[in-house]
Amino acid sequence: MFERIHQMIVKEFAQVFRDKRMVLMILAAPVIQLLMFGYVVTTDVTNVRTALYDLDKSQSSRELARSLVASGYFEIVSTPESPEEIRYLLDKGEVSCAIQINRNFEKDMLKGLPSPIQIIADGTDSNTAMITVSYAARIAARFGLDTSKVALINHERLPGVDARTRIWYNPDLKSRNYNLPGVIASIVMIVGLMLTSMAVVRERETGTIEQLMVTPIRPFELILGKTIPFAAIGYFDMMLVTVTGVFWFDVPIKGFLPLLFLCTGIYLLSVLGIGLFISTISRTQQQAMMAAMFFYMPALLLSGFVFPIDNMPPVFQYITYINPLRYFLVIIRGIFLKGIGFSLLWPQMAALLALGITIIALSTARFRKRLE
Amino acid sequence: MNEPPAIAARGLTRTFGKTVALSGLDLGIRRGELYGLVGPDGAGKTTTMRILSGVMLPTSGDALVAAHSVVNEPERVKEKIGYMSQRFGLYEDLTVIENIHFYADLFEVPAKKRPPRIERLLGFSNLTPFKDRLAGNLSGGMKQKLGLACALIHTPEVLLLDEPTNGVDPVSRRDFWKILYDLLREKITIFLSTAYLDEAERCTRIGLIHAGRILLEDQPALLRRSLDMKMLEIRPDNIRRAAQVLEGVEGIAALSVYGDRIHVGLRKPDSFDAVSGALESHGIRIESIREIVPSLEDVFISRVGHE
Repeated sequence: MFERIHQMIVKEFAQVFRDKRMVLMILAAPVIQLLMFGYVVTTDVTNVRTALYDLDKSQSSRELARSLVASGYFEIVSTPESPEEIRYLLDKGEVSCAIQINRNFEKDMLKGLPSPIQIIADGTDSNTAMITVSYAARIAARFGLDTSKVALINHERLPGVDARTRIWYNPDLKSRNYNLPGVIASIVMIVGLMLTSMAVVRERETGTIEQLMVTPIRPFELILGKTIPFAAIGYFDMMLVTVTGVFWFDVPIKGFLPLLFLCTGIYLLSVLGIGLFISTISRTQQQAMMAAMFFYMPALLLSGFVFPIDNMPPVFQYITYINPLRYFLVIIRGIFLKGIGFSLLWPQMAALLALGITIIALSTARFRKRLE
Repeated sequence: MNEPPAIAARGLTRTFGKTVALSGLDLGIRRGELYGLVGPDGAGKTTTMRILSGVMLPTSGDALVAAHSVVNEPERVKEKIGYMSQRFGLYEDLTVIENIHFYADLFEVPAKKRPPRIERLLGFSNLTPFKDRLAGNLSGGMKQKLGLACALIHTPEVLLLDEPTNGVDPVSRRDFWKILYDLLREKITIFLSTAYLDEAERCTRIGLIHAGRILLEDQPALLRRSLDMKMLEIRPDNIRRAAQVLEGVEGIAALSVYGDRIHVGLRKPDSFDAVSGALESHGIRIESIREIVPSLEDVFISRVGHE
């Protein structure tokens, strides 16, 4: 029995490593994906190109502009002279934010009157616009508060709420730190899905499965022989991406690494199970590839990788419960960023385990040693 | 001696949706026979092979192969048989020796018996010089020999070969048949299918399969003699016209065109004159006419024509 499984594993590895495209897919694809996410896909908002329409031209208005620039979020690239010019700059896309400081800004402020400023943001990119506006508003509020504090020293106390925010786990709000664990999860999924589904379907397509079926190999030996190599490759890719992320991008790992390994194993159960399932419904490698993509894309969208699950309509929220990526993302982000452990992650781990066992059982049951 | 048969099939039927691939096929193959299942494409040869090897379930009926039922104990059957599918079923991205080791492990060939056995298999198939070559880089004939070597690694009692020489060059085909005869001497039962009638002649016994049933079954020589008609080979000057004319002549049981010749099967010996008379009355000149021993093809065509 072990001889058979062993020989199957040796064979699968030999086949994978003799196929140059496969090797490339295992080695290069994860690193390229990681580099892309590390460098290109950053949702951080910095150096927003800003137009400043200063009608006040006072010391205070200049100070406000300075604090905007000093924050690092804004870069004043233009100082228009009219509202029409602002419209033109935004239309053309020269700037994505415009700030208008009205006349008498300083005078009103010193009098203790409300002194509004106008913040205009390009809403075509809604996410960036929202972040830009909230940054600008925060800086303006802070500026107002600081100025009034100076005033307070000379006058009586004013009641007010001073909100002090602190960001935990990822204090610099680096989207890279948040993305990397998700990238690991998605890479393990796509590699596992593709390799497993293709490995079985390839045997069907080339006709070797018929020859395999006339041997006394048992279905579970065949399935183990088909999944163990890809689990190993999945682990390898996970480590490759983790090491690259930690050493190249300085992404911190706060949690317990062995727990991450254990959880990756549980996650791989469902991933390889789905791969096997795809192989039972596909006849050609092309079909298997399409089916894998057909599963992968929605799984990515409905996982919380990019879009928060809480914002989804309820129907879609329910669908996410059968998505292994959903659970693994919570686990891997928890371990990477929060450093939390088993005591908090066990519900996700249990769900993932249950899902994995169900899928593997389903695929194994569909796996037949007979031709149709 | 009352040995159980190597293969005993009873009423094998297999349908694919509305298509009937096999309809009540019976087979009885003795041990040590080299039996050829002969028939055109789509007659049910591959389906028969797959059912006998236990990888496909019959819709009804059952077969005992090496005394085990293919329906109830397919895994026992698999231990006793060697099977070669019609398509090359080995891994093209593994080498010759890797393929052999792979199957040796799947069949759990004991480690001690392995080296001499592999050496022998490589030897008789002349694959020793190519043992580190990728299977995908072998010629068609060598691929078939490798397939055979892998099918023999566990010394099976029954060898099932599905069109083993399909697409193999004539020289390699001869080599392949030599190996089969060697195996026969070792008392292995060989059951093969083929669409080539010249190959069928080399079997100890053949069965003509058509539309999922065995039409005729006997030794090739006896089968040829069994044809209760006289075969004529005619060379007319206008082959197409001649064929048209002869189709209307009474007493002709079989008619087939081979290049510039027509083979005609006569039910009554006396209709010889009717044939030549009919042709001449239509102005067709006969360049030669002679009686011939019917070939398997003639037998087959005359029988299929009746159906």
